[in-house]
Amino acid sequence: MKASSGYAGVPRWVLAIAIIGALFVVLPLVAMVVRVNWGQLIPLITSKESTDALLLSLRTSGAATLLCIIVGVPMALVLARTRFPGQRIVRSLVLLPLVLPPVVGGIALLYTFGRQGLLKAPMDFLGIQIAFSTTAVILAQTFVALPFLVLSLEGALRTVGTRYEAIGATLGAGPTTVLRRITLPLVLPALVSGAVLSFARALGEFGATLTFAGSLQGVTRTLPLEIYLQRESDPDAAVALALVLVAVAILVVGLAHQASLGNAGGRQRLL
Amino acid sequence: MTFTFDARVARRDFDVSFTLEEGETVAVLGPNGAGKSTLLNLISGLLAADDGHAELEGASLFDTRAGTQHGSKPPHQRAVALLAQEALLFPHLSVLNNVAFGPRSAGARRQASHAAARRWLAEVDGSEFENRRPAQLSGGQAQRIAVARALAAEPRLLLLDEPMAALDMAVTPAIRRMLKRVLAGRTALIVTHDILDAYTLADRVLVIERGRVVEDGPTREVLERPRTAFAAGIAGLSILSGVRTPTGLRTDDGIELAVSTGAAAANATEWPAPDAGTAVIVAVRPSAVTVSNRPPAAAVNAIEGVITDLEQRGDLVRVRTDRLAADLTARRVAELDLTDGSRAWFSFDPGAAALYPATRPRAR
Repeated sequence: MKASSGYAGVPRWVLAIAIIGALFVVLPLVAMVVRVNWGQLIPLITSKESTDALLLSLRTSGAATLLCIIVGVPMALVLARTRFPGQRIVRSLVLLPLVLPPVVGGIALLYTFGRQGLLKAPMDFLGIQIAFSTTAVILAQTFVALPFLVLSLEGALRTVGTRYEAIGATLGAGPTTVLRRITLPLVLPALVSGAVLSFARALGEFGATLTFAGSLQGVTRTLPLEIYLQRESDPDAAVALALVLVAVAILVVGLAHQASLGNAGGRQRLL
Repeated sequence: MTFTFDARVARRDFDVSFTLEEGETVAVLGPNGAGKSTLLNLISGLLAADDGHAELEGASLFDTRAGTQHGSKPPHQRAVALLAQEALLFPHLSVLNNVAFGPRSAGARRQASHAAARRWLAEVDGSEFENRRPAQLSGGQAQRIAVARALAAEPRLLLLDEPMAALDMAVTPAIRRMLKRVLAGRTALIVTHDILDAYTLADRVLVIERGRVVEDGPTREVLERPRTAFAAGIAGLSILSGVRTPTGLRTDDGIELAVSTGAAAANATEWPAPDAGTAVIVAVRPSAVTVSNRPPAAAVNAIEGVITDLEQRGDLVRVRTDRLAADLTARRVAELDLTDGSRAWFSFDPGAAALYPATRPRAR
């Protein structure tokens, strides 16, 4: 370890524990990669079941991320910029899916949108059925992924503060103009990273999806579900698909990191 | 009357009312926490008054008499622009787009707003920066752009909140000169701690203390004949209050002082000598005060004082007591062995002081 400029007083034992922690995260990934049947990799991941699951996962996660942005941005704005009685309770409730077991979330969704759920009457009236459909997958993913976006954006909004917004208002910009031309551009990096986190969480969603949407090939069987099923019948296929999921996750996080780095770099350069 | 203001905010113990004439620039002076920021926030609409009203060129900004919040315009409809201590240029927009922000918000098309922005950039000598990002500007440059951005919004009233406080001393004179140019004939309120700002930029001065207007008058009047300790402090004068006697005044604690309306008090000719018995104030410049360890020869005004503070100012030391202050050379301070808490005699020539009534005649 090369010491950078300045005093960095990290004791050796801290370093040792940190290395153990890093190994704990990396080693399982290595173990999985070692188990990959490289000879059969291409046929395994290009099978009908696999591609169906992958494409479904990408589509539903994309849709869920979009939903998260559409409802999450207003939620973060209201939490960060307004004050109302019971706000702390509302914030805790909104963030609940972060700590809730996904299975519990799935059950809750089932009792809301299911055939015998809370919204049975209006849904029957409109003639829509959600449970065990692709829509249900998207709703389950949105439910678990939304807190990531809200949390990340709310923090950024608080950090940015309201001074630029106040200046914009005194320059004659109405609230919508201030939001569009000042607030959102200022928190764009946080919005991007929040969306990426949401996408990653949606991509990995398992429990709520299985409970609320079931496991129907091409309709609700996303990649994590496919991997879980294959693990019983064809471990090689499961490992191959797991590798795909890891690759997609790394790709997405990497791209987003690049995008936000490019953004920050652009600003850095200007200094 | 182009701007009238009268408002109270109970939780900040704020109760201020005043008016501005068309094209008048008024400096607002006052200690920290006196209510200057509250005043600016009330006018720009970032804070709501408990009670009161304000009108700008006939249009109501807020009016609690019309019912709760009923008559309060949101900030973006007030035509009041705010220039803060920091430039606060929008970091994600170019300089040109920062300045064009006001015109764009008012509904101007891109082309027209850019044309207006270029005009205002030229006005503040900032044309060369139009394609830069705010992060590429120095503090002084950024504040120039902020001035252009505020003016481009074509406000009817411009509020300046210590616009030079965060700047490098070296660029302050150039910014002050630029402000003097753009503020000419403009209705503006400038909060400042700097006496030079007040003299250079303002026609009139308001002194606010503890949420109240304690002085209000033409700049020279307020700064040369201060009535409050704060105004005297900012003007660098020591003031003593008392009642008029035939030879000068008797201070509130009974000290007789002689003041001659000689050459040094030339300004006093504008004023009739106050009648005996009326409340008056005497102002003395620290440079006109001499200090000694023993009571000086008779016929000179001398007051014994306990030194409260010694402040190094260039090659001089300002020695303060609770009454008079004196500027002495460092050598003299050492000779007299002056320290905090030591006693000394402070004296001044009867011709070196200004005497004036304690209440300012209403100019308007």
